[in-house]
Amino acid sequence: MSADIALNENKTKPPKKEKYYVQTIRRVLKNKLAVFGIIIIFIQVILAIFAPLLVNYGPYVQDLSQTKLGIGAEGHFLGTDNYGRDMWSRLVYGARISLIVGLAAVGIGLIGGIALGLISGYYKKLDGIIMRIVDLLFAFPGILLAMLIIAMLGTSLVNVVIAISIWSIPGCARIVRGSVLSVKKQEYILAMKSVGASDIRIIFKHILPNCTAPIIVFATMRMATAILSTAALSFLGLGAQPPTPEWGAMIAAGQDFMWDAPHMSIIPGIAIMLTVFAFNVVGDGLRDALDPNMNLDM
Amino acid sequence: MVNQPPLLEVEKLKKYYPIKGGIIQRTISNVKAVHDVSLEVHEGETLGIVGESGCGKSTLGRTVLGLENLTEGSIRFRGDNIGGLSDRKLKKYKKDMQMIFQDPYASLNPRQRIGDALEEILIIHTKLSKKERRNRVQELLVEVGLKDEHFDRYPHEFSGGQRQRVGIARALAVNPSLIVCDEAVSALDVSVQAQIIKLLKELQSTHNLTYMFISHDLAVVRHMSDRVLVMYLGATAELGNSDQIYNNPLHPYTKALLSSIPRPIPGKKKERIQLVGDLPSASDYPSGCPFHTRCPIAKSHCAEVRPEWREVEEGHFVACHEV
Repeated sequence: MSADIALNENKTKPPKKEKYYVQTIRRVLKNKLAVFGIIIIFIQVILAIFAPLLVNYGPYVQDLSQTKLGIGAEGHFLGTDNYGRDMWSRLVYGARISLIVGLAAVGIGLIGGIALGLISGYYKKLDGIIMRIVDLLFAFPGILLAMLIIAMLGTSLVNVVIAISIWSIPGCARIVRGSVLSVKKQEYILAMKSVGASDIRIIFKHILPNCTAPIIVFATMRMATAILSTAALSFLGLGAQPPTPEWGAMIAAGQDFMWDAPHMSIIPGIAIMLTVFAFNVVGDGLRDALDPNMNLDM
Repeated sequence: MVNQPPLLEVEKLKKYYPIKGGIIQRTISNVKAVHDVSLEVHEGETLGIVGESGCGKSTLGRTVLGLENLTEGSIRFRGDNIGGLSDRKLKKYKKDMQMIFQDPYASLNPRQRIGDALEEILIIHTKLSKKERRNRVQELLVEVGLKDEHFDRYPHEFSGGQRQRVGIARALAVNPSLIVCDEAVSALDVSVQAQIIKLLKELQSTHNLTYMFISHDLAVVRHMSDRVLVMYLGATAELGNSDQIYNNPLHPYTKALLSSIPRPIPGKKKERIQLVGDLPSASDYPSGCPFHTRCPIAKSHCAEVRPEWREVEEGHFVACHEV
């Protein structure tokens, strides 16, 4: 659709009173799959926050007289593992770990990525150097890079956070740089330069607020990847160590009992799948809702 | 007016954009966007700058304001050389020189309320308190024909004409003396154009503003300007007061431009000078007179010698061998 028509349509529309973000949320809520994702994430957040109130047994409490109980067992409705620990309790505490690790990794990754993206997008001279470093990081397959970092730092959840956040930086830097480049060309940036605004002011007050849409989408999608990677690393024994109730570690522990107690692996597996799925569909919904080309027909 | 020292003096200004090529990104050629322009702008006048698209009008305006670095030449504002100053040193002068942009849709930050946008300029340049700033912004809004309750609105809630008023308020916020209007009314409907032009004229008399009015619309320029500069391919073709340019054009390019204005009287025929060929590329700059490739009266020496910029009558300059 040509710009002319777009302008005309804007003119005929009555002035919109709603705030931009209210509109966005409204549009996300029209997407049924995204709503489903939001509900799952919401439930997970509730579980993570109120974990101690929702369980009858601690995640570390062993009861060797009641090992490998199946789903629906009395007192343990998701059964128990090979040490007799309550699966529900471990699942709920696992949600806590997944969310915290995901948020921390994505948060750190975003701070680094946004900083690098803004600098390389705005300052042409530094662009070449920063983007080559980013290319270098991109050259490693993600999980390999994370394993390398953990091999250097040692195995622990904190190091998993560091590894995943470093691995999130290049993607975020690229996305931010791209939107900075397009926003930078806008006339209002030139207008701010012509009134003598400093670079810092232009970057943080005028460029960054106009780059938020892709950053929000990236962060949501990245949460899914981060949670999945944490589980993968823990499954490989590089992240959370037993007896931590981390979902990936739980799957690994269940491997040896696949035949007599399959729920030990299946339950955390489903939890990981649902969480990753939820973050992905919410990310998709946000991307559609924030797409500027959709503004016209909504 | 002529005896006063000029507010802005541009001398032999050149602005080239390098074309880089090869493995080591050597400069292999230049796009000569502004090629040897000299002009003076006097306090309180409006200098119209006309020319076809790509002739360097906007680049000239931006270079004067320091938004682009000049390649060669000098720019003096109230006698101080401001060409090639660092941003920090230029900030002092930026208060005196402002710009109104072409596209009222693109020149306002869509995520910023217009009150905040105007206030921000006061934050940058003044030490007013929050309350004083707010009062000043409300004054400005009223001055450009908006209402003070528009303070909390976002740009998308305004029409094109209203946005351009915001753009004018932004330029006016720090009491500048020179305003460069870069196609300031070209994107607007004709009826809105008239209102904005009226507003610009009113503000000029109340604030003693000096305008550099860049436009491709000859009628608007005639209406606005005291003097008019005709540009062709980055170079100055003719300069004179409105009467001289519109009633007695000397340069063949000016004649061709003026003959292209549609006449409002049907049946009244005027000979139309039609230029053949396209505008030459600014990266492959013609030798001699830049206009010789399309000039109806070009002689052989036009392709070799660049015509001098000379005064043919008082205040009327032209760059042509054949005049």
